[in-house]
Amino acid sequence: MTGTGFKRWFHRFGSLPYFYDVSARWAVWLAVPAVVLIGYALVAGLFVVPPDYQQGDVFRIIYIHVPSAWLSLFGYTAMAVAGVVALVWRLKIAEIFIVAAAPVGASFTFLALVTGAIWGEPTWGTYWVWDARLTSELILLFLYLGVIALHQAIESPRTAARACALLSIVGVINVPIIHYSVVWWTTLHQGSTVSLTGGSKMDADMLWPLLAGALGFTFLFGWLTLWGMRVQLLWRERRSRWVMKRITHG
Amino acid sequence: MTRTRRRRLLLVGSLLVGLGGAAALMLTAFKQDVLYFHEPSAIAAGDVPINTRFRIGGLVAAGSVNRPGDGLSVNFKISDCAATVPVRYRGTLPDLFREGQGVIAYGKLDAAGEFEADQILAKHDSSYMSPDTARALKAGTADACMPANMQAAR
Repeated sequence: MTGTGFKRWFHRFGSLPYFYDVSARWAVWLAVPAVVLIGYALVAGLFVVPPDYQQGDVFRIIYIHVPSAWLSLFGYTAMAVAGVVALVWRLKIAEIFIVAAAPVGASFTFLALVTGAIWGEPTWGTYWVWDARLTSELILLFLYLGVIALHQAIESPRTAARACALLSIVGVINVPIIHYSVVWWTTLHQGSTVSLTGGSKMDADMLWPLLAGALGFTFLFGWLTLWGMRVQLLWRERRSRWVMKRITHG
Repeated sequence: MTRTRRRRLLLVGSLLVGLGGAAALMLTAFKQDVLYFHEPSAIAAGDVPINTRFRIGGLVAAGSVNRPGDGLSVNFKISDCAATVPVRYRGTLPDLFREGQGVIAYGKLDAAGEFEADQILAKHDSSYMSPDTARALKAGTADACMPANMQAAR
């Protein structure tokens, strides 16, 4: 893409009515793969793949736990990138992304913590410990909740968005700490099973549904966030002509 | 890029660098406190304050598990190949506890150098396979030495 082509795309994308109209069409392209991939991951993961040689069927919670944990990190990183765009370029659509992504990311973080605890009790012998991985993931949940609370607490939407953008950027320091916590320190939580560089320590038939689940959850994240953005957009621009026009004409 | 945007980008960039540096310094300074458990060789080297309660982690040494009498007590050795610490424990054990498996014991070192534990947690080795694969690999008896995922980066 040429410099000017990218610039034009960037500005068109930043136009709120344009985003509102095209996002309705994009939603399908996120929803369909999300449903198909998650459906495959759950059916294969819960019913088809063999049990683990040590844990038996308990290990199957991984098909929810790992995709949720991945999205908890991905979501916050995406919010931080949007935070930079919102602070530097003052693009409204980036502000709206942060506000819409925060509750979705918080939900995935909560799911990762809860499924982890349910798995930990029979496997480790405890629901919770204060090791570096578990503690930093809990802090991530608080950061998400902080962004949500900050947005609710500040009346002016632009000031609120700027504060949320700043907290997203500051909090992203926690993301590499979560990821590398199991490498830098001794923790109860095990190291990564799957890594981009080091391959996987999992049977291939067990691995494919896990990767499909992670990808499917990513689409789900995009879908939910996009829908949240549309709602935010309508609310924030409720007094503008383009919203009025679309609401009265359907 | 306009002048204001470049200035804002620079500001955000230096904010991130500053915060990252501060976090790195803090975490390095508190490294000993962030560790969830200590390895047997760190105890042998005298790097662990042994007068307080602490956690020790390693593999249950092969052939070291014995259960004297009452059915609740268990004695075994935690090893990281470089060093071994004998452990006494009375209570229930997690499902994953077995020889060659990673465990973390919480308790106190006594004068004789034995570790009196009141909690045992199992550490998962992060590999997943079907019973068939495990049989084919003759796994399940696991590593002879401390795997990398039980050691902190140095």
